[in-house]
Amino acid sequence: MNAINAINASALTYAYGQSSVLNDISFSVRKSDFFIIIGPNGSGKTTLMKILAGIERPASGTVEIMNRPLRGYSRKDLARIVAFVPQTVSMDFPFTVLEVVLMGRSPHLGMLGLHERKDLDIAVQALAFTGVEHLAGRSIAQLSGGERQRVFIARAICQEPDVIFLDEPTAALDLAHQVRVMDLMEKMKHEKGITVVMVSHDVNLAAMYGDQLLLIKEGKIVSLGRPDEVLTFETLETAYGCTLLVDESPMGKVPRVTLVPRKFMNADRR
Amino acid sequence: MLAVSVALTGVLCVAMLLGLSVGSSGSSISTVVSILTGSNPTDSMASSIIWQIRLPRVFLAALVGATLSLGGLVFQALLRNPLAEPYILGISGGSAVGAIIGILAGLSRFPGVSLTSFAGSMITLGLILMISFGQTLIKKESILLSGVMINSFCSAAIMFLISMTQDSRLHNIMFWLMGDLSMADMHQIAILAACLLPCFVLIFWLSHTMNILLMGKELAQTMGVNVKLVTLALLATTSFMVSATVSSCGLLGFVGLVMPHLLRLLLGPDHRVLVPACLLGGGAYMVFCDLLARAIPEQGEMPAGVITAMIGAPLFIILLKKTKR
Repeated sequence: MNAINAINASALTYAYGQSSVLNDISFSVRKSDFFIIIGPNGSGKTTLMKILAGIERPASGTVEIMNRPLRGYSRKDLARIVAFVPQTVSMDFPFTVLEVVLMGRSPHLGMLGLHERKDLDIAVQALAFTGVEHLAGRSIAQLSGGERQRVFIARAICQEPDVIFLDEPTAALDLAHQVRVMDLMEKMKHEKGITVVMVSHDVNLAAMYGDQLLLIKEGKIVSLGRPDEVLTFETLETAYGCTLLVDESPMGKVPRVTLVPRKFMNADRR
Repeated sequence: MLAVSVALTGVLCVAMLLGLSVGSSGSSISTVVSILTGSNPTDSMASSIIWQIRLPRVFLAALVGATLSLGGLVFQALLRNPLAEPYILGISGGSAVGAIIGILAGLSRFPGVSLTSFAGSMITLGLILMISFGQTLIKKESILLSGVMINSFCSAAIMFLISMTQDSRLHNIMFWLMGDLSMADMHQIAILAACLLPCFVLIFWLSHTMNILLMGKELAQTMGVNVKLVTLALLATTSFMVSATVSSCGLLGFVGLVMPHLLRLLLGPDHRVLVPACLLGGGAYMVFCDLLARAIPEQGEMPAGVITAMIGAPLFIILLKKTKR
């Protein structure tokens, strides 16, 4: 019951049939934090995020968003405070960018989603915020992966949420777009006070941007804390089961993780 | 949206007027107008042809075209595939098996055959839902695949029944399989319209939700949509209205594929525009096809399904090439 927490998760478990995916997971996310969930493939990190976002239901345990249990929200109420950005969205239907972003207003509108001037303004601001206002009239089907990702982030912003969940938003992007999307998340946190919860595979991006990291393996928490607390040689080796080099990033006081290919390990021994 | 509706209503009215003036005995458009407005009470022969034969038929064609186009539109949204249509799910197949059994049993066209055909399509729908229910309901592949399999099974059953039949009932069956609007009477149409209109209203009410569904089930869920409930409601409503039309006039292919596709190309993908557009445009298209089916043969008429497929298939290929570019 902490007023400064956006999310309280307690004793979450989840299973696909017989196999357990999440096992007794409890943690909190502070308001306006950039919270990044990392872990190896199949560790349950995406499932965990979907439970937090209300997409999946846990087998047991509770989630509180803004100090109110997830089950206490109606679908529409929840959609007014929580937004979700999937890894990719396949769209064969030629909606324009503005139409897609305006759909983000739906939880605030009636059944037919008829928008007013105010909603249009919010959509245009969201487009400007993510730097895609020049694409407003283009068809979503014609955009590149990076542009499309920013459009769907603008759509999430248009929902005016308190918490935004992202599922590996940088996984399919080139280097420039990765930085762009991550910078955008940071700007969102600073300027709008939105809590950002992201699942990521990239421990270095997580180190540079995350306020708090949650490292999980086989559905259990390995480590939770600031990047320099979580990204240590020992915890990473425990979680990923491979040798990694951890030193300080040339950009300042965050850890840097380097992969060590087998041929270099052999060279050391020689 | 208003401009589109007005324009398409205009097209539908013109198609209906033309439809009323074409037939084996002929009538000019001005005669039709004067009869409809009641300013020409003298020509009782032409009057009764138009009021009792052609008008029900044109109404039926408009209703059927509207339903099939709307059905195609909804299935394309549900399966998130611009190339889907209700027939693909085997609903037509089940309906056809039911109708043929009805014809072979010597039932009357209405309500007998209509009811057996409707029962056939409802059984298919139940089967599809049972196979793909639960977790997989929203997985479009499982709905699509079970539909294709059920459709193939129904085709085999149709062929089996046809090969067992040798008498005059064979002609009846073939005509029904190719789509037939000739049996229309106002009483039958009123029942059909009473079934269909609530479906139209419900689908329009869900039109914006269909837009959101196109972004994927998880995204739709986080935007406040009850994905399972909406999917089930749309699937059931659409299947119901398509089987209602199929059971009253046989199989009319390609209307559900061509019209939503053409209108999406012209008007964009917003379902709040496309739902009314498909109702009006699909109705006009069907009236027009039926008009050709009556006008082309020197004597009698051909099944309207022949025309919808002969125009629809090439048109669809052209549209497909246009979209791919």
